[in-house]
Amino acid sequence: MRLPEFSIDAQVLPGAMPAFRASVNAEELRALCETARSQKARLVALWGSDEMERGEGYALHLAFAVPSGLLWLTVPLPREHPIYPGIADICPSADRMQRAACDLVGIRALNNSDQRKWLRHGAWPDGTFPLRKDFKIASRFPAADDRYPFIKVEGEGVHEIPVGPVHAGTIEPGHFRFSIVGEKILRLEERLGYKHKGIEKRFEIMTLEEGARLAGRISGDSTVAYAWAYAMAVEGISEATEFPPRALALRGIFLELERVANHLGDLGYLGNDVGLSFGFFQFWRLKEDVLRLNSELFGHRYLMDLVVPGGVARDLPRREAVLLLDQLEKIQREVVTLKSIYDEHAGAQDRFIMTGKVSLELAEKLGLTGFAGRASGICRDLRIDYPISPYQGLGVQLASHPRGDVAARVSVRFDELAESIRLIQTLVQQLPSGETRIALANAAKGRAGMGWVEGWRGEILVALEAGENNTIHRCHAHDPSWQNWPVLQHAIIGNIVPDFPLINKSFNLSYSGHDL
Amino acid sequence: MYQLLKQIAKTGIKTEAAPQADETMRVLQQRLQEGILRYLGRALAIRHVDAGSCNGCELEIHATNSPYYNLEQLGIKFVASPRHADMLLVTGPVSRHMETALKRTYEATPDPKLVVAIGDCGCSGGIFGESYASCGSVANVIPVDVAVPGCPPSPLAIMQGILTAISK
Repeated sequence: MRLPEFSIDAQVLPGAMPAFRASVNAEELRALCETARSQKARLVALWGSDEMERGEGYALHLAFAVPSGLLWLTVPLPREHPIYPGIADICPSADRMQRAACDLVGIRALNNSDQRKWLRHGAWPDGTFPLRKDFKIASRFPAADDRYPFIKVEGEGVHEIPVGPVHAGTIEPGHFRFSIVGEKILRLEERLGYKHKGIEKRFEIMTLEEGARLAGRISGDSTVAYAWAYAMAVEGISEATEFPPRALALRGIFLELERVANHLGDLGYLGNDVGLSFGFFQFWRLKEDVLRLNSELFGHRYLMDLVVPGGVARDLPRREAVLLLDQLEKIQREVVTLKSIYDEHAGAQDRFIMTGKVSLELAEKLGLTGFAGRASGICRDLRIDYPISPYQGLGVQLASHPRGDVAARVSVRFDELAESIRLIQTLVQQLPSGETRIALANAAKGRAGMGWVEGWRGEILVALEAGENNTIHRCHAHDPSWQNWPVLQHAIIGNIVPDFPLINKSFNLSYSGHDL
Repeated sequence: MYQLLKQIAKTGIKTEAAPQADETMRVLQQRLQEGILRYLGRALAIRHVDAGSCNGCELEIHATNSPYYNLEQLGIKFVASPRHADMLLVTGPVSRHMETALKRTYEATPDPKLVVAIGDCGCSGGIFGESYASCGSVANVIPVDVAVPGCPPSPLAIMQGILTAISK
């Protein structure tokens, strides 16, 4: 079909989400990105792949969210000198993704102002690329040099605070380099990649079926969202057209339960970080109630391995559905009380309001996604913009806030929490009867599928290409944290050091999902 | 303030009974003398190190501090520096990029010290296994006293692991 916005021909990808795929030349790339920017299409992901086995050199892939759906562009690159014109000046969020594609596949963006490595530390040397097909997964290299030139801020009274990778709390590892004057933060530079554990390479030694378990462990707090995105991609490849509505409704219930649990936990920590430990205890009590209910009804506290290609692994019998509705109603009542306590707590609001502000203009420029984007006034939510089953007809309400500070992110979380509870209640009450899982047809070699899901943190994308005999040729998983981490560097400028934990928690970004 | 106090009174005390130690989780024979264990057991300081997990185990470690489990009632608390710690609680697999940081954290922890590996990945490398980017289990990098399986292990299992490490 013809995509009029881009004047290119694209092939429709079978699957639940509207998605299109097109092959373009490297010379056309920048003009296409300019068009995308002028159309307010946003860059969702950028990655590379090795296509030597198909006799095609390498490939650069980009995923853009356009009004009609997701556009997957593939740019073939030659075997010798796999280079392409960089696009980070047009789409700033591409910067780190381009550097990661260079570290992993060895395809290099020209004219990128930042040519430093990104995901590679010392585990493999410069000049070897883990996602090339001739790279063995079991390769072990002696620890290579891991110097990383941080950008230095100079001037009278400026000094640096290095933090991490091992942090002071129970947090994932990463390095933060603060340049400060007195208490005031002039600049924060992040260094990530400490958790890189070769997830994408591991996919390539798995079958499409086995991959579901790994997808559910890319970021443990978003296991349902990843498993769903992965399943959606596999189902697209298998062209599963008649899909049981009961399975989709259950997936919706799981995804919203995941959103409820995470928002409850973070609202507790946001209270804790401003000295309101009451909030931590209250919200973590409610979160634990949800986790125990998950365990009782579905056999896992975080709902891992419940979304599988072809459907879901657990059903919800009527008697247990009543239990779920009862519990959610209790939680909703408590949340209303707690919200009024938070809203009226002068000390907490004083710390929340105007802290870690991200303007709408900056958020749009850097592609801030998920609830954090909505808290800066970006009115986007995949459940609303592309309402596929089970969200179709539910009238999902968008939660947003214009101010972009910690208070706005707290407010959006409260609103989303209430809306998710409503969605679960509706989905449970209208649960269609029928199958919960179907058998999938074998995947033909070279077929591609795309999964795109609004997780609690933001949009999660899985781009999958099948190899021979139901194996995986390439699986790229994209976490919304790729877009949001660079925004944190801006949100912190001009704030004081003690507010960093609060601002950081208000975004709560993933390290594991980013480092892969 | 009235509403806040009312909510506290209404909620009441939610903390449940602590679990018992579980000898099946022990990997190394107890390295510490009984006298030391008696002191540690009454005021244990733990430093958590995420050496490459998916963040699932971290969620459950957080939960051990929630009102239902309330780890601090046992005199066990998390500290910000390995130099203040008696025990390292390590989640894995250990990524190659965290290998040095984990070893340095272990060296920075004063003797006598204990190490508890958390989760299937911490125990064996789990689904991520060993590869160019992953060292696999925590025991492949530093000595481990107790290993708690599970994906992720429940808060009770994590508490059992900690209690096993400080029991004779």
